[in-house]
This record gives sequence, structure tokens and C-alpha cells, in this order.
Amino acid sequence: MTALHSRAIGRDLLRRDGRLKVTGTAPYAYEGPLGKPAYCHLIQATIARGRVTGMDTTSAQAIDGVITVLTADNAERLASTEDNELAVLQSDEVAFRGQIIGAVIAETSEVARHAAGTVQVTYAQEPHDVELSVDRADLYKPYKINPAYPTDTADGDVAAAMASAPVTLENTYTTAMYHNNPMEPHTTTALWDGSLTMWDSTQGVHSARSVIARVFGFDHEQVRVVCPYVGGGFGSKGTPHAHVVVAVMAARATPGRAVKLALTRQQMFFLTGYRTPTIQKMQLAADRDGHLAAIALDVVEQTSRIKEFAEQTGMPTRSMYAAPNRRTTHRLAALDVPVPTWMRAPGECPGMFGPEVALDELAEQLGLDPIELRIRNEPSVDPDSGRPWSSRNLIACLREGAERFGWAERDPAPGVRRQGDWLVGTGVAASVYPTYRMAVSTATLRYERSRYVVEIGAADLGTGTWTTLPQIAADALGVDVDDVDARIGDTDYPIASVAGGSSGMSTWGSAIVEAARAFRDKFGTDPADGDEAEGSVSPPTGKYAMHAFGAQFVEARVHADTGEIRVPRLLGVFAAGRIINPRTARSQFIGGMTMGLSMALHEQSVLDPRFGHVVNHDFADYHISVCADVGDVQAHWIDEYDPHVNAMGSKGIGEIGIVGTAAAVVNAVHHATGVRVRDLPVTLDKVLAQLTPN
Amino acid sequence: MTRITVMVDGVSYVDDVEARTLLVYYLREKLGKIGTVVGCDTSNCGACTVHLNGRSVKSCSIFAIQADGSEITTIEGLARDGQLHPMQQAFHDNHALQCGFCTPGMIMQAIDLLGDDPDPDEQRVREGLEGNLCRCTGYQNIVRAVLDAAQKMKPAASAPDEMSTRQPSAVAGGGN
Repeated sequence: MTALHSRAIGRDLLRRDGRLKVTGTAPYAYEGPLGKPAYCHLIQATIARGRVTGMDTTSAQAIDGVITVLTADNAERLASTEDNELAVLQSDEVAFRGQIIGAVIAETSEVARHAAGTVQVTYAQEPHDVELSVDRADLYKPYKINPAYPTDTADGDVAAAMASAPVTLENTYTTAMYHNNPMEPHTTTALWDGSLTMWDSTQGVHSARSVIARVFGFDHEQVRVVCPYVGGGFGSKGTPHAHVVVAVMAARATPGRAVKLALTRQQMFFLTGYRTPTIQKMQLAADRDGHLAAIALDVVEQTSRIKEFAEQTGMPTRSMYAAPNRRTTHRLAALDVPVPTWMRAPGECPGMFGPEVALDELAEQLGLDPIELRIRNEPSVDPDSGRPWSSRNLIACLREGAERFGWAERDPAPGVRRQGDWLVGTGVAASVYPTYRMAVSTATLRYERSRYVVEIGAADLGTGTWTTLPQIAADALGVDVDDVDARIGDTDYPIASVAGGSSGMSTWGSAIVEAARAFRDKFGTDPADGDEAEGSVSPPTGKYAMHAFGAQFVEARVHADTGEIRVPRLLGVFAAGRIINPRTARSQFIGGMTMGLSMALHEQSVLDPRFGHVVNHDFADYHISVCADVGDVQAHWIDEYDPHVNAMGSKGIGEIGIVGTAAAVVNAVHHATGVRVRDLPVTLDKVLAQLTPN
Repeated sequence: MTRITVMVDGVSYVDDVEARTLLVYYLREKLGKIGTVVGCDTSNCGACTVHLNGRSVKSCSIFAIQADGSEITTIEGLARDGQLHPMQQAFHDNHALQCGFCTPGMIMQAIDLLGDDPDPDEQRVREGLEGNLCRCTGYQNIVRAVLDAAQKMKPAASAPDEMSTRQPSAVAGGGN
């Protein structure tokens, strides 16, 4: 493909939605432009498995201001119940605690919430099972892993290599259950007047429309989804969850009057997805110089009994390092738990924890620098597919990071640096994320009142889409970026893929480039008002293995007496193709790294096996990093242009920042203390138990 | 229902509110002040932060009736005649936002912080904003923005007295 001449691309432009956001005037999904809306509040099951035998709504109905109460008895029958997560209020079955069993529609949000609490529910409770372990007899092999990768892979003979290699390692690592927790709670405002308009907090208006149309049996033309601004998503808003179906049911129960449904933060812990906990059995075999003879990762994780989601945790192990003998497997336990889903870098994020800590342990066994160990196992082609790399600059990232971080002066001995009460150490880990381009997206380019207007139903989750799409369009047209407007976040615009898999810029940008070329071919450089052309993305050729790479460096300080862990320095270097806008890009990288730090030190959803719910289901108890937890966080990138990925030469950057961070933290904590923690999060109790008193 | 009189962003309102109505829902659903958002329900995230008589409060944690007789400033009342407050400008200039959902609360809390300490160091800013969560997470740029605003707000370095220059422009019921 022809490369774009870059003028606007690469410029450090202020984000176009900045002014709206600092003045509080960016309309999120709750703020649909409506008259007097009604409000909806959900009723949730308080058992983890069984049946609802009765719901007494008498008191709720009697409350002044209650419009109606929806239950499985009176809710409309859905056209499609194929997706069990979305088949809400269709039967009396309860498949997990917190499942939606009803909803109150009322004149005010207070009345709706109060009335929901007055509904008396009786159950026929059955024993539930929510405990994940490697010993379960019912672990099963899913048909595929997210989104459509083979479940298992094998090359050579790992067992033989483990038996014969001079240096081997076999350890089990675990990552916790995590909840996406975008700051904007999932919200839908829905209006039914013979057709449906939904202001929905979603990462994809078109995919949301498609799902809702299918579930209700609507024509696509009957459904409009609007979402110009999203208060974060991180995967949980990638596809509609059950509450969106309820919001539409509620709207249809009050025709002509919009209904607002905002989940509470607590409800999000049951209803909007999460990252499965993972148990990762890792095997490495190497010669004494650190050349890997085998790499294997066997993953056990969970899904919901009613719907399968198989996190692709083994994926990065398939491609990261060279080794003649290799294996990855995934086994699932289907439990009486809510449905897991995408969370920032599904697969890569948990899947680069075990392996990147294991490599650090192997390096220590070998007496080799962990960066050098990675360099020695650099594969010349993708070990998984056998395809050449479109570009792979992991080594450059490691070297550049080492230089910037001051790695050269590092004494490899663990647990020997003490400054006052603090033990100090540093660690490194690699990052990777595939470069996806989705198969479907179309952009329209129109000349309108002396300006160029791009229309595409894309999403800006805070990522910068409002700002970066005009940059791409400007270069594709050869005009000044200030002469280009973008319109996104509405199904009235041409179809766009969901903002997921860090694929937005690659996909939508490619469609825009095609639209710009079609526009110039048709109308030349002197268009008339109203001239318009359309362009669509084409699927990748499949000739290359396409990934972004990175290296993350961490300084950790661990209090010698209390085990308290602080991370004063995080430094990442990334090779992610051409950077469209350094300002928005840096923010994405740093944001991902900070979320990775949060995962390393704080985050963990604690599932109570007795009741089947997440105990710490609010921000009081589910801790995420705050300003004071973060020190000096730096993101850099190397100058990379990849001609094979797309016309812009860019790779996705929204997710790679969180990949590898937690491993780098664990490695730094080990270097500081000599204590190796293999189970996230790294909390002081795990370190303190093994700290040698002095 | 209890009758309350409040001045919100320079406009006086007299409204009958239920005793259980939280200030944030009064602001949002009665007055249409949608710039103040709800993020957590448990007073942990700070997204709903407004100023009550010049001090920051998490508006999900107090009742509307407790605000009777008070002056309230929300994110929507900071700009004057289209001119952003220096803190808003600093957040914009320093790319101290991504999704923008935490931004109103961050800005309101940051202004309060400078009221206590007009010339804070980085650590003071980090600790002063610990009750405000950003998930995207843009803490680095947020801290830079607050330090930048602190410099720009000198020498009149106390937190701007939002109400002092403003007279009530109307008396209105907030009914929607």
C-alpha cells in the first residue's frame, strides 16, 4: 500500500474534545437530550444458583411515583435468547448472584431505587459452585479461545526437553479476578416511539445496534445508537450487557417517554464483565547460555455456566520467544459466576505475567542479565504462524529502555540494597500486543461549507479519536488538519468496528484513507459543496505477523519492617509503528502502565465462595491506584514505521501499556527483597512473610 | 418535601426536595447540572465534587437539604464569559484528561487544594487528589496541570472566590 505523506500525523495536537470535558459539557449516555424521562433501577438475585419462586411487587407498586415493575412474569419475550447473558427476564432461573431478576420504572431515580428494594423475592436455592482450581475434575477444553484462536498449540516435545536440558524451571503463577471499572458507570438512556433511540455508553454504536436488533427482532433501521463520548470502557463496554436489554424493555413499557438506567458501581461488579482469574503453569528449559529449548504455558481459568468466554492467556507465549519445543493449553471451569469479558489487553495482559516472571527467574538461575536472556531468544519469524514479522523491535525497546533507565549500573544480586528503612530493586519485563485491523468499517468524506467532514460511527473512549481521525484525513487529503471535522459515535454515520483490540486507528483510519483517495479521484482538488465519497477498510493480507512490542522498567522500594511496596519509577519504551499524535499516544501508554501498576499492587476482586459474590464490590474496597501511588511514569517510543500494517504505518497503542507491567513490578520487588511473589497482587503480607528479619 | 434555597453557579433556586435526595441528584436531575457526574455512589471516586460555600464536597455524600442556604459552584460555573478558569485551562493545555469523566471532580478538588496551599509541591498535589480516581489513568498529566495552574494563578494565589463577583442573575425553580 502507498504510504501517506505525513504532515498532520505525528503532530502533538491538543485534543478537540478537551474544552467540552473541562467545562463539564461533554454529554455522556445519561444526558440524552430529553424532556421528562423515567428512571429504571434493577432488582438482582441474592442467591448464586436456583430459581425465583415468587416476586411480591405489591409494596413497590403502591409507592407513589412507581410506573411499573418488570419481572420475568410480565417482561416481553425476546426474539433471540441465543446469548444467555442477554436473555434477561425470560425465565425463573438464577445462574449467578446479582443476576437481573426485575426492574422498577419510576418518576425519579430515588423512587425507582427505593421501590426496587421493597420487592419481596423467594427462591428455590440450589448449591452453587464458584471456586476455581487446577484440581477440578470438570475442567474442559473450549472449542476456541477469544476471539477465534486455537485452544492449544504444540511443537516438538516439551517433556523431553524438560528432561534433558541442563537448566529448567517449572512454576505456577496466578493473576487475580479484575473488574474493568471505567469511571463512567454503564448507562443507557432509551426512547421507544415505534423505533428505538439509545444513548448508550458503548465502545461501538454499530455493534450495540446489531446486538439489540437481534435480541429484540428489530430491523437495523429501527434502531439508532448514539454515543459521542464514553467515560472509559477498557473492554467492558465492548458489547451490550444485560442491563441494556432491560433499558430497552423499560423504554418499550413507557412508549414515547425515555427511560434512564445507570448501573451503580456495585452493580457493575455483577453485570458488566470482568477479567477471569488465571492459573498459569509455566515450564522453561534452556542450555547454560540461556537459549530456550522449551517454553510451555498451561492455563486454567474460569467462565460462566451460562456463557463461555475463554481468555486467550497463552497467546503471547506462542509468539514471544524462540524455542524448538513449545506448548500452550487452555482449560476452563464453568462456574456459577457472572460472565467474564474483555478487559484491557485480554490474553496478553494476564498472559505476560507468568512467562515474564519465569524468564526473570530463569535469568537468575543462569546468572544472566534478564535483558540479555530475552535478546538471546529473539525469534527471526513468528514461532506461532511461521510468518515473517511486519516489524519487530523488542530488542531496540529493551536497549533504549535500559539506557534511559540506567540499567547498566544494576547489581543483579537480590535483596542487598538498603536505603534507610527501604529495600530497593529494579526489574524489567517485555510487552507485546497484536496489531489488529477489523474487516468492516466505512467512512464518508464530504466537502461541506468549505470544510472537509469525515463521518464514521467510531468511538472515543478517551483515546483521542476526535482528534486523531482528522489528522489522518488531513494527510490523506493533503489539506490542513484545521480544515477537517470529524463526526463519530452515531449509527447515523457509516458502520465502524468496535473500539477494541487496539484496532480503532488501524481500522477506521484505513477506511478514511480509502475515502479520501476516492474523494480525490472523483472530485480532484477543487471540490464543490456537497461532494462526497466513501471508502472502506480492506482485511489484512495475512502475509505478516503484526505486533507492537515494548519493554517496561520498574524501580520498587519495599519497607524492610512493614513490607509496604512503593513504585517511584516506571519507564516504558514501545515500538508501535508511527505515532499519530504524541500527546494522546503518550497518555495511552502511561495510562496503561499505571493500570498495570494498579493490577500489580492493588487490584483484586475477592469472590466469597459461600455466597458467590465479589465482596469488595465498590471503590471503598476494590482499590485502584491514585495520584499518590504513582511516581515518575515515563513512556517513550522508538521511531518505527511499519509499511505492512496499514496506510498510516501505525499500530494500536491502547492496550500494550498494561502488558508486562505487573511482571516488571514483581521482578523489581524480588530484586529489592529476594522474595519471589508469584501470585498477584503483590501485597505486603506476601512479601513480609518471607523477609528476613534483621 | 422540604423547601430549600440555594445559589448554584450564580443562579438562585428555590425548590421542594425530598429529604433523601442527594445533592448530586438534585443538581443533575432537577437543575440539569449534568457536568457533575456520579462515579461510585460510595464517596470514593470524587467525580461528583462541587464547591459548597467555597469548599469542596463530594455531592453524592450530602443531602440536598443540607445545602439549604448555601452557594454551590459546579464545573459548569467556573468559566466566565467563555473564559476558562485557569485550572480548566491547565487541564486542557496539559492533556490532563482522557475520557473526561473524572475531570470535573478533579478540577473542583484541585482548586480547593490550591485554596489551602497556593504553591504546593508535587507530593502535596498527589496527596491532595487522593480522593479522586482516574481510571484512564492520567495522573501524571493531572499533577502537571495542577502545578501549572498554581503558577498561573499567582500572585493572587488564593483559590478564586467564585461568588464574590457574581450577583444572582435570576431566581428560578429548578423543575424540569
